[in-house]
Amino acid sequence: MKSLLHLSLTVNGEAVETAIAPYKTLLEVLREDLNLTGTKHGCELGECGACAVLLDGQPVLSCLVVAAACEGRKITTIEGMAGREGQLHPLQEAFADLGGSQCGYCTPGILLTAQHLLEKNPNPTRDEIAEALSGNLCRCTGYNQIFEAVTAAAERMRGPK
Amino acid sequence: MSDARTPRNTVGKARRRVDGRAKVTGQTRFADDVVLPRTVHCKLLRSKVPHAIVRSVDTSKAERHPGVLLVLTGKDFPVTFGILPVSQDEDPLCRDRVRFVGDPVAAIVAKDEATAADALDLIEVDYEILPTRTTPLDAYENPAPRIHGYGEEGNVHKRVSFQFGDTEQAFSTSDRVFEDVFFFQGNTHLPIEQHASIAAPDQDGKLTIWSSTQVPHYLHRSLARALALPAAHIRVIACPNGGGFGGKTDPFNHEIVVAKAAMILGRPVKIALTREEVFYCHRGRHPVLMRFKTGVKNDGTITAMHLKTFIDGGAYGSYGVASTFYTGALQTVTYRIPRYRFEACRMFTNKPPCGPKRGHGTPQPRFGQEVQLDKIAEALALDPAELRLKIVEQPDTITANYMHVQTIGLSDCIKSVVRRSDWASRFRKLPLGRGLGLACSSYLSGAGLPIYWNKLPHSGVQLKLDRSGGVTVFCGATEVGQGSDDVLVNIVAEILGIDPFDIRCVTGDTDLTPVDLGSYSSRVTLMMGNAAIQAADRARDLLAQAVAKKLDVPKDRLVFSERRVFDAEDPNMGVTFQEAVMLAETEFGTLGTTGSYTPPRSPARYKGGGVGPSPTYSYTACVVEVDVDPKTGWIHVPKVWIAHDIGRALNPVLARGQVEGSVYMGLGEALMEEQTFRRLPERLSHALVHKFPSMLEYKSPTSLDMPEVDTELIENPDPRGPFGAKEVGQGPLLPIMPAVANAVYDAVGVRIDEVPITPEKILKALDDKAKGKPGRYGPGAFPNIAYPDPMLVPTPWEGGDGNATNDPDRKKAALK
Repeated sequence: MKSLLHLSLTVNGEAVETAIAPYKTLLEVLREDLNLTGTKHGCELGECGACAVLLDGQPVLSCLVVAAACEGRKITTIEGMAGREGQLHPLQEAFADLGGSQCGYCTPGILLTAQHLLEKNPNPTRDEIAEALSGNLCRCTGYNQIFEAVTAAAERMRGPK
Repeated sequence: MSDARTPRNTVGKARRRVDGRAKVTGQTRFADDVVLPRTVHCKLLRSKVPHAIVRSVDTSKAERHPGVLLVLTGKDFPVTFGILPVSQDEDPLCRDRVRFVGDPVAAIVAKDEATAADALDLIEVDYEILPTRTTPLDAYENPAPRIHGYGEEGNVHKRVSFQFGDTEQAFSTSDRVFEDVFFFQGNTHLPIEQHASIAAPDQDGKLTIWSSTQVPHYLHRSLARALALPAAHIRVIACPNGGGFGGKTDPFNHEIVVAKAAMILGRPVKIALTREEVFYCHRGRHPVLMRFKTGVKNDGTITAMHLKTFIDGGAYGSYGVASTFYTGALQTVTYRIPRYRFEACRMFTNKPPCGPKRGHGTPQPRFGQEVQLDKIAEALALDPAELRLKIVEQPDTITANYMHVQTIGLSDCIKSVVRRSDWASRFRKLPLGRGLGLACSSYLSGAGLPIYWNKLPHSGVQLKLDRSGGVTVFCGATEVGQGSDDVLVNIVAEILGIDPFDIRCVTGDTDLTPVDLGSYSSRVTLMMGNAAIQAADRARDLLAQAVAKKLDVPKDRLVFSERRVFDAEDPNMGVTFQEAVMLAETEFGTLGTTGSYTPPRSPARYKGGGVGPSPTYSYTACVVEVDVDPKTGWIHVPKVWIAHDIGRALNPVLARGQVEGSVYMGLGEALMEEQTFRRLPERLSHALVHKFPSMLEYKSPTSLDMPEVDTELIENPDPRGPFGAKEVGQGPLLPIMPAVANAVYDAVGVRIDEVPITPEKILKALDDKAKGKPGRYGPGAFPNIAYPDPMLVPTPWEGGDGNATNDPDRKKAALK
């Protein structure tokens, strides 16, 4: 096949160049071409939210984004959430400590969606969290420990009063 | 040995799970995340017709398609497989018959997934169409053609019939006898992870497969059988599952196909199912029609129960024989039922096979039993909570069907939810449209018998300790999200007095880890936990001997805590844990210990008594509050109170997560989830297809639908559980569906005797009630099914010894 497309992206702050099949979704490019398997798939039809990543800071379902349309854009995946020396993001800390993650399969998509929520709204109510995460299905937790983890992380990120 | 000893270190403390970091950083390696050089990709051609003879499969065009490396058909797989020894009824690829839309007939392996998918269209299958059996009654009334050449007769897969004491005599002396028919619709697991597998030959020609399976041991057995390879040449690695709920407890066609393809091509072969394929693989909740006949005294005491079930099994056996028994095995362990009769019948139909979903066969009859109890309480003018408290089974009791109840915290559970929901001042007193419903349940802490009957341990644990102070724990158990790895490490850390994060954990790998039967039947905490206690106790003893000698203090005075081993009477007198290991390694040589667990023998000796026994049972009670709009039937659940008798919560964060995850899944089953089918129009083939094989249309609760859940864990340590722990992963789902139905009745005065409970059904019942008809929506009469003559088993209090009186051969064999 001579029809590979050249693609330049910034992924988790790093410049990336790759050649991709033009029909591939962002999800497929992340997982298969860039080996960033932290982004998950549950339907590949935009129904479950497992593949959510941040595209120029906005949550998107990477299974519905044509990779070719991401030329020159910035993508954040779960691999880009923690800092150096194993420093977890407050959301990651809270999810790990408070039962926000059971099987862990929906977790990357939920964490990135929640990160975006907290950037917009540093002190969300339970209803606001539920609304923000309503496109991310979780079959394990029953959501309440997720809500509690987001609330706890938000509190920590706001810092001492 | 198991014991309910009191913990002092990590057990019982709320704590980050040991695999928490991996999960929140996306580093947990699920099967489809395994990337190997030279991997090629597999797709399955699945039948588009529900029932047909396969006359021929022409793969010649597909084989010539550029990029295609291998095409396999049923001819390449002469040996069948299946999870149960009695139901080896599946072909890896169908040889001569397809039995449901989705049955795989051919496989393509190609350089990439897209090429494989394109080549599927080039395969030509010639089908001779057979009649489609859409429902169990349809299959029962039309015995020919048979969907399978085995089973009892016609399309009857399995029938069972038991009589524990003379129920008819008891009914005749009861004050009241209630008869109710209920229907529980099928639904599916819907794990967010789609099944995936990657198989590869090792450097030495042996086979390794990484798979999203809950049961690496049973997959190992199935691969050895279906591929005719020595089991010792096959390595199964169960990757952590992205949710299972029972949906990954069968060996699957795709696992066997990629294993075979990898051995032929000599390179890694991967498959990842589409979401639609996951809906068709199924093995989920059986649709069950059931009739409960229950006799009571005027004070609510139960005199006898007669339960009949009629089960839609779908196209293959799967766990169905066990599921059939489970539709009646556990009715007796919650409330005192002195006489019990149970008859069940599972049919083959041309739909995806049903199997075990969370609760395996028991949520359906639990729904009927708990709704009927609500009706009985109403008829006898008793409070449903008071009635249940009066009839709760006693601890350390052998039931009418010889299930051995150990500890039972059900009364405490009922009292807890009654108190917290303010039941006494609100039940039957809320305004129209708002209601409360109560229900209870029980579940196994592990199946008492293995799938392959033998006397081998059900779970094995190994420990390796060395001079680095490092401890590695090995066990075949599988992490499916429930926290299996955390239970394992927690117990070892508790006994050795080290931090859970000091321990390395290797699980679910048939080459490296001792056999554990798998993550099903809520068996892991109890069985693996007891094996881990034995292994850790043995290691602790070696360390204690060496440290006692060094410090010159009696061995039994040593305490293991905070990474030290010290004298209880003089805590400053001690060594570090690492020093303790070095002392022991010096004294005894290389250190390693093992532990194993085999459940105690069950008192049930009769044929069929192997399904239902468990080392101990968990108990749950819940109250659900509903808002029902009488104009639209719309249901909203604002709050759920639940209490679960867990024995002991090893890690309360995870235990609560299991309870609330069960509440969530139960609400999905109660209100919306349906695995249902429709015929395509004639011009499109009549095929019987899933109504909504997508996550958008198969409705499951979202974050917006989830109510607040007020959870209490009742901790009364059970002597048979590790540190007293019982199961928590399945039991708390069971009472949710009947509690919703009972709450709907409290809210608007109509009975919905069917799951799911939808606005349409409520409206229909309200409409009927307004017209003076019974305010009920549910199935009509129970069909006339010819069950076999019952196995007659006298109850323990009527001279029984656990044997059937009309099965003399078995009794003789048991005496030998």
